[in-house]
Amino acid sequence: MSVKAKRFPQRLNIRSGTIDMTHGSGGRAMAQLIEELFVTHFDNDLLRQANDQAAFDVPAGRLVMSTDGHVISPLFFPGGDIGSLSVHGTLNDVAMAGARPLYLSSGFILEEGFPLADLERIVISMAAAAKRAGVPVVTGDTKVVERGKGDGVFITTTGVGIVPKGVNISGDRARPGDAILVSGSIGDHGVAIMSSRENLTFETTIESDSAALHKLVASMVEAVPDIHCLRDPTRGGLATTLNELALQSGVGMQLTEDAIPVRPAVSAACELLGLDPLYIANEGKLICICAPADAQRLLAVMRADPLGAEAAIIGEVIEDAHGFVRMQTGFGGSRVVDWLTGEQLPRIC
Amino acid sequence: MKYVDEFRRQDLAKKVSRAIHNEVDRGRRYNLMEFCGGHTHAIFRYGVQDLMPDNVRFVHGPGCPVCVLPVGRIDNAIQLAQQHDVILCTYGDMLRVPGSGRKSLLKIKAEGADVRMVYSTQDALKIARDNPGREVVFFAIGFETTTPPTAVAIRQAQAEGLKNFSVFCNHVLTPAAIQNILESPEVREIGSVLIDGFFGPSHVSSVIGSQPYEFFAEEFQRPVVIAGFEPLDVMQSALMLIRQLNEGRHDVENEYTRVVSRDGNRKAKALVAEVFELRRSFEWRGLGLVPYSALRIKSAYAGFDTEKRFDVPAIQASDVKGCECPSILRGVKKPTDCKLFGTVCTPENPMGSCMVSSEGACAAYWTYGRFRDQATAREASA
Repeated sequence: MSVKAKRFPQRLNIRSGTIDMTHGSGGRAMAQLIEELFVTHFDNDLLRQANDQAAFDVPAGRLVMSTDGHVISPLFFPGGDIGSLSVHGTLNDVAMAGARPLYLSSGFILEEGFPLADLERIVISMAAAAKRAGVPVVTGDTKVVERGKGDGVFITTTGVGIVPKGVNISGDRARPGDAILVSGSIGDHGVAIMSSRENLTFETTIESDSAALHKLVASMVEAVPDIHCLRDPTRGGLATTLNELALQSGVGMQLTEDAIPVRPAVSAACELLGLDPLYIANEGKLICICAPADAQRLLAVMRADPLGAEAAIIGEVIEDAHGFVRMQTGFGGSRVVDWLTGEQLPRIC
Repeated sequence: MKYVDEFRRQDLAKKVSRAIHNEVDRGRRYNLMEFCGGHTHAIFRYGVQDLMPDNVRFVHGPGCPVCVLPVGRIDNAIQLAQQHDVILCTYGDMLRVPGSGRKSLLKIKAEGADVRMVYSTQDALKIARDNPGREVVFFAIGFETTTPPTAVAIRQAQAEGLKNFSVFCNHVLTPAAIQNILESPEVREIGSVLIDGFFGPSHVSSVIGSQPYEFFAEEFQRPVVIAGFEPLDVMQSALMLIRQLNEGRHDVENEYTRVVSRDGNRKAKALVAEVFELRRSFEWRGLGLVPYSALRIKSAYAGFDTEKRFDVPAIQASDVKGCECPSILRGVKKPTDCKLFGTVCTPENPMGSCMVSSEGACAAYWTYGRFRDQATAREASA
């Protein structure tokens, strides 16, 4: 590293510098950005080899691959930022197959004029999230677009992982009688984003639930290898994700509103803004569908993990030719819980 | 959440439900119109119908501000954004309402028009302050509830000397619409729409008070109970309406006493009276031209009146063929009576306004209540 550092007589001016077109041109400025920012913070053996790709051995089993683009506004929000979110988002998508994530890649699209200090903050946060998760960022790409052609920074991450033998989790495996579980309170991420948007200022202590769920999933899969479905209810919220699963499996669902965990501050914020927590995005929650006999065991395993401490059984899969997700309301009536229509909030992840 | 959770309690709902079951006369039907979309929404979202006896029927009224705006006025807004290059600000629901040629504010936004969703008139004022070189138009819609904030914005713009802010006023009046429904031939002579009593608006009444309903309760001999928007409010008010009907009374009663008084909000009413005056007549989707049913900006504030600052022609535009929004808004038809419902008209691709807003009867049916019709259809065919 010390030999390489001499290639750049002056270090990047992170404190007051900004991204310019040369940082994406493939020349020396780009090399310096990669070395002093990305390699420094993501620091791992594969990345230090400085190839355009990472080559690694793969353990036996089914390989899982998933990719996720992150365009959130604002970039920094209570409980996280685009950096940590871009790690958690992809890790969770990989984990929802029951897989153990192995490696991540990251693609940055930077807008001309973006402050290097902000970029460093994002990269440090991303590196910390990857380190906590134990999944290194082993390859990446950087592009710069002209001012006005982006919105600060967009990050796309891709992850690969390995599914343990005997695990076959898929959205089409929900069967009538199965139990539906959720790992904790819903709507935290979306409300945190909303509260930090400048034109929607109201006081709230809600933080995004952005978190990597693969360790929780690992203990769930270990306890009950035959989990039928796992999915993280991100955009569109719990309601839309359950509708996706119902459609994929050709079943209906019956929920109990009172069983669905929602923080009082989240329901209050939703009340004010005319939103429904069922449709608000989450970034650190999962929905699990399993055979009824496995439900209590899974619930106990989930509750033993800090990320699943508020887990609950919220309903069951039923036979329904129309594929409706229905709900017994807290008031005592019944209703359909439909797909999200339009958008409740723009650019939330 | 305080003052909300109490009004959604299941144990109390069961009690009121029992009281209603005890009160109803099994030998008759009760057709109760909820004027407001807010009530329609609450009925469906909480499944209130499940707790009511079979002979009590909710008839959905036209009180959804997005639903009653005629296509021509939406076309006007689209023209303002496209041809006059203004920044057009409006409340979220308006964005998806289809105008002529299946255009909507959302679609023209995607094509490059500067359309912005705001949560309050204050957001629109801020946009005007931040963009002194651009004309900013606030596309104002709504009943008496949203009118005072518009009045405040106009007065504030005048006090600040804002030169680039104006209001495209489409504020409408609730009592005029209720009267229009009661005077319609379907209700009066033909009898195809049965309305035995009304749930009075909750937020609207917080502004205008309960007094304005006294005239037509008397004139048309229909009881009115002003009801809050929480599900327990709706049930308690249903009980009050049923009692009045059983006793042969037609009074204005107030269930929403925690907010509504007989006189309403005097300050808000004074503000509205200072900035707005009655229009001789205004077109409502579903009801047609209704005399003295809407407001326009007084000439003293003409500088802030979009209709004075820009060329805003009267546009006669018709609804999509087959769309039953007009009949649904008058309670003549149910959403499921419309051929377009759920076939070509869905919340993702609305053909009529009632499918757009969460307060619209079609959207409420589609989003929360579809399985009921499936169940009814099954029973009917069995």
